[in-house]
Amino acid sequence: MTIKVLNPGLLTSVQDLGRPGYFHLGIPVSGAMDRFAMRAANLLVGNDEGAAGLEAVFVGPTIEFQADTVVAVTGADMPVRIDGEAQPGWTALAVRAGQVLSFDFLTAGARIYIAVAGGIDVPVALGSRSTYPIGALGGFNGRAIAAGDALPVGESGGSPEAGKSVPDDLRRKAPMPVELRILPGLYDHRVTTESLDRFFNEEWKVAPEADRMGYRFRGGTPLEFIEREQPFGAGSDPSNIVDSCYPYGSVQVPGGTEPIILHRDAVSGGGYFMIGTVISADMDLIGQLQPNTPTRFRRVSMEEALDARRERAARLERLRMTLG
Amino acid sequence: MKPRYTFGGDEHLFVEVDEEMSLDAFFKSLSMTRIISERAIDGVTEVCPANASFQVKFNPDIIAPETLLQTMQSIEAEAEGADPVLQTRLIEIPVYYQDPWTHETLMRFRERHQDPQASDLEYAARINGYDSVEAFIAAHAGSPWFVSMVGFVAGLPFMYQMVERERQIQVPKYLRPRTDTPKLTVGYGGCFSCIYSVRGAGGYQMFGITPMPIFDPDQQANYLSDFMVFFRPGDIVKFRPIDRAEYDRTVKAVEANTYTPKIREIDFDLRAFNADIRGYNARLEGMINDD
Repeated sequence: MTIKVLNPGLLTSVQDLGRPGYFHLGIPVSGAMDRFAMRAANLLVGNDEGAAGLEAVFVGPTIEFQADTVVAVTGADMPVRIDGEAQPGWTALAVRAGQVLSFDFLTAGARIYIAVAGGIDVPVALGSRSTYPIGALGGFNGRAIAAGDALPVGESGGSPEAGKSVPDDLRRKAPMPVELRILPGLYDHRVTTESLDRFFNEEWKVAPEADRMGYRFRGGTPLEFIEREQPFGAGSDPSNIVDSCYPYGSVQVPGGTEPIILHRDAVSGGGYFMIGTVISADMDLIGQLQPNTPTRFRRVSMEEALDARRERAARLERLRMTLG
Repeated sequence: MKPRYTFGGDEHLFVEVDEEMSLDAFFKSLSMTRIISERAIDGVTEVCPANASFQVKFNPDIIAPETLLQTMQSIEAEAEGADPVLQTRLIEIPVYYQDPWTHETLMRFRERHQDPQASDLEYAARINGYDSVEAFIAAHAGSPWFVSMVGFVAGLPFMYQMVERERQIQVPKYLRPRTDTPKLTVGYGGCFSCIYSVRGAGGYQMFGITPMPIFDPDQQANYLSDFMVFFRPGDIVKFRPIDRAEYDRTVKAVEANTYTPKIREIDFDLRAFNADIRGYNARLEGMINDD
């Protein structure tokens, strides 16, 4: 069966949990920015957590189903409608052939995840169905979905039940102001101690340039670099380094002015110094931030990062127990 | 050259082999990443070499960060004794320098350039002390280049010039990055040449264009049938200037899938290279031209 895209929304793409293993060739990990929400949507409709669904940012798509099935929408708060009738989010919903899924305006968060029983069955490219648009790789013809596309849906392995729902306490709400935990490191020795302290004490705001490649922030004071003669091959700006890998979640500050957190479709490397890396437990949250969201960066130790990682794993385990 | 270890969050160990770029740093990094891959360490999921550094991705649920760090330090000691040798490919890349497409693009972004009155090639020639663009192109195409990193975007090679440091070309990146670069542009930033594998944003100076695709997710070209990315770290590249007629012919041959890049399998030895750079490069040139 297929689902037909009547309106793609602003920018909607096929994503799963990502394409690890090709970073050394410049191919990013891709996949859902909020992987918890993607997993929840899949579990609700009886899919493997790693099945492909749709990620839509800010504006939801309008989709017509060609057969009876079960769908679920998770992630941001964006009222769900089927044939115009309001439906709950984070819940498995039965739809009949010919029915249309649509959305009202976003009220909180940034990205919704739509899972269909059986998963979006585009061809697997390098182990994943995720879309990497710059490389025209994966997804539906290597690009975001467009009006008129007929997206193939796989056979559902289980017998999904409509009505299943994710309990409220497992639906992550972004705290305000947002706090992102960062393990300092990489090239943080390039800036003065005072400057680094100020970076972690000031309030920043998500800039309009925030997408699947990275989230830019504004509002803080430019960093002060420790003077040095630039090493051979590094380039002349004090924020330049000899081009290196960029870890997923690393925080680069080109020119020392506006930090950018690299996310799932980021470039794999380059010549800007990095001040540290957002811990793995907080990466999903970034995918739900809207422009202008006040944000603080909190310095944490490796121990705290690992504690947060365990908490996140426990939360995921509770989700699996609830929906399994 | 003392490697520096630092964690990139709870999933990456970042190893800066040296602050500055050199082939010695690349080979030290290569020796270490080879041992890491051979050991197949439980919990290490990816090893990504860069120019003078590398990154190890790991799962801290399987290997504790401190354990990985200690393992890496023992690997550093083991790598000390490794011979700086490499079985690799010598590849000829045809380049149409001063082509109309990169010229049209650079004219659109003149206000982002250090020298808006000059072309990227004129600027690069002048600041590197060449009398003419032609002399500069002869230097760019006159020595081999070492692929010291593949990345930024899918399949883009960073190439390091294989000459004495005082002869190395250095050109700053654009003041502000362009929002457009033609696909297959041969670019330059810092001490690295590159080939843009896909169209998109970029900050490197633009010198020319190659007719030979180096990344194709559809894998249509015969030389991309094994894998969609052409370059691998450690490849050695020799540029050959071509004119418009040969460019057009090659594009047609690529479309007809009759084009095969000129590749030689070689054994590279850094010690022999460092002992006689000009002589070594002359031998490489002889190998690629030996039909």
